[in-house]
Amino acid sequence: MVITKWRFFINYEKEEQWLNKMATEGLNLISFKFGRYTFEDGPPGEYIYRLELLKENPTEKQAQDYFAFMEDYGVECVDTYMNWAYFRKKAVDGPFEIYSDFESKIGHYKRVAYLLGTVGGANLFIALFNFTLSQFNMYLSFVGFLIFVLFTPIFISYLQKINNLKKERALYDK
Amino acid sequence: MAESSEHQPLTEAVFYILLALHTPMHGYGIMQFTKEISNGRMSLGPGTLYGAIKTMLEKGWIQAVETAADSRKKEYEVTPVGKKVVQNEIDRLQELVKNGFKITRGE
Repeated sequence: MVITKWRFFINYEKEEQWLNKMATEGLNLISFKFGRYTFEDGPPGEYIYRLELLKENPTEKQAQDYFAFMEDYGVECVDTYMNWAYFRKKAVDGPFEIYSDFESKIGHYKRVAYLLGTVGGANLFIALFNFTLSQFNMYLSFVGFLIFVLFTPIFISYLQKINNLKKERALYDK
Repeated sequence: MAESSEHQPLTEAVFYILLALHTPMHGYGIMQFTKEISNGRMSLGPGTLYGAIKTMLEKGWIQAVETAADSRKKEYEVTPVGKKVVQNEIDRLQELVKNGFKITRGE
């Protein structure tokens, strides 16, 4: 049985939580495309899902090497969307975290924050620009402002996460 | 990047990866080795391990082992430079332990 659900997430960790909640209910993600999630049913709690924002596009060789490495680890790349990779691993193998030290966690959060900041900032810029043009552009401007307003708190929350990890790193070696 | 950085404290992950690679191993082997030797305390994430391997290859601390062409799994081993890095770290850790005992136990 295959089920499709539409959702839009700005915070990838919320998205990950939702996917894992679905997996515990026996709905395993098999593909994703711009808000459209496709699930396949299976034994409840079979997989743990993790999302990662890759450094390079999934079609590049570097990313392909990484996927091969992950496969040796028992990690399957279910789907990719832009630079996002949707990974899963069998839950019987134990806990599954892609990053286990401060340095790599900070590195990943930085990539996420950079993306959120860029999208938010670009929309603010477009909104301000459109605001000065015609009536129609005023409506477009509203969309830009809305995206900026939605993205900014999440962008800030990731900056805070980076800061907290840096504080931990100053005390502990992990 | 040369001498100076080789005397800096290593992360636990890097230390154990270098120890593991005294025997040629692939990524998953390193993860298992690390888990075993630390009695299950250290669990290396694949993203962290992959990043560490790449950085250590660039630094010349480890190298890829020539394996059969059909083998997709790459094996790595520690280089003489990497062995030196491990030795420096062991010396540093010994100093920490020695000083720790000196103060806390009055040895």
